[in-house]
Amino acid sequence: MAQIFHPSMRVISRASIIVVFLLVGFVGWVSWDMYRSGYFTDVNVPKEQPIPFSHEHHVNGLGISCGYCHTSVEKSAFAGIPPTHTCMTCHSQIWTGAPMLEPVRASYRTQRPLEWNRVHDLPDFAYFNHSIHVKKGMSCQVCHGNVNMMPLVWKQSTLQMAWCLDCHRQPEKFIRPVEEIYNFEYRPPQDQIAFGKELVKKYDVKTKQLTDCSICHR
Amino acid sequence: MTKTDRLVKDCFNRHALRSALAMFICIGLITGCNDMYDSSRIKPLEKNSFFTDGSSARIAPEGTVARGRAVNDDLLSTGRVNGRLADTFPFTITDSVMARGRDRFTTFCTPCHGRLGDGGGMIVQRGFPRPNSFHTDSLRERPAGYFFDVMTNGFGRMYSYAPSVPVEDRWAIVAYIRALQLSQRAEASTLSNEDRTKLFRLAQ
Repeated sequence: MAQIFHPSMRVISRASIIVVFLLVGFVGWVSWDMYRSGYFTDVNVPKEQPIPFSHEHHVNGLGISCGYCHTSVEKSAFAGIPPTHTCMTCHSQIWTGAPMLEPVRASYRTQRPLEWNRVHDLPDFAYFNHSIHVKKGMSCQVCHGNVNMMPLVWKQSTLQMAWCLDCHRQPEKFIRPVEEIYNFEYRPPQDQIAFGKELVKKYDVKTKQLTDCSICHR
Repeated sequence: MTKTDRLVKDCFNRHALRSALAMFICIGLITGCNDMYDSSRIKPLEKNSFFTDGSSARIAPEGTVARGRAVNDDLLSTGRVNGRLADTFPFTITDSVMARGRDRFTTFCTPCHGRLGDGGGMIVQRGFPRPNSFHTDSLRERPAGYFFDVMTNGFGRMYSYAPSVPVEDRWAIVAYIRALQLSQRAEASTLSNEDRTKLFRLAQ
């Protein structure tokens, strides 16, 4: 039987094996990093909105609490986007002629809600409920970052599973007293882990269940 | 070309072609197929073309009450008894109701009324017409139901807070307003020794 490959192919074939491994590794590395980059996750990318609503101004500048607008955060899975009625509570008197706020006034006149662009969009196969997190001492700040410093809101967390599990495995790292959940000035104590463990116990956080698949994928 | 040669060549071609095709399909599936990320389930306030206004959230038809929201207690839901503003509370005021009232007052009322309820909140400092202070004789004499009614239906330039604050919370706020009113008029002699020393220490 005649030889299929010429002897000189030996070098090429060996080299190609190495190159293939390198290539696969490289592609893997690039996609791994891409998957975690802001390009893919939108982390740290401010989202354009129909009105340049500034949380920095309203929260940091005026001291309005998160709950003033996001009223359903304590009771429901969804924190709630305020109706135009809430905007107009102040803006019927303040900045009444500002062109920037015309869409708000138009929405109030025509009874058509404003169409905001969603910043945090969890995949539909993951279940998330705001109310339980807020009740058990998870602050808005832990997941959403310093929203009080965001002129336009961006995502601070990837909302990827690894990120969720980081806390679900060790809630004591992030938990704080429920009275402090809306407080952006809160600084965790030096012994956060010990303090956190106490809170976990106090709020009856079921740590054993937190990593069950069905907790988030129901 | 020998028989083996042809076999190898054929095999290689077909196999390579197939693998390449399979790989492309896989890549396409991984990147292009995000159905599970965004299923047909509607998220709260999500856009939807089913209704002409493009909104999936519907406004309840006039005259209907959402399930579980029916309140058959006039005092609780209107602040009135037999059509008159009541000066009683629909439930007992406990420490936890007071704490809730303070929390809700701080969230919803302080922007205009200020922490003390004197009407000097931040939004007022930015140009909103100043509301009346809670610490006037006329407001001290108002029945509890009056404050509930104002929160529910609005007053003057103040919009209704009924959409944001559930009835129980509104009553808790009324209780806290009563406490605020007392705090600005209380006689030092009625305080406990401990509170009095604390007060004098703060005043110095």
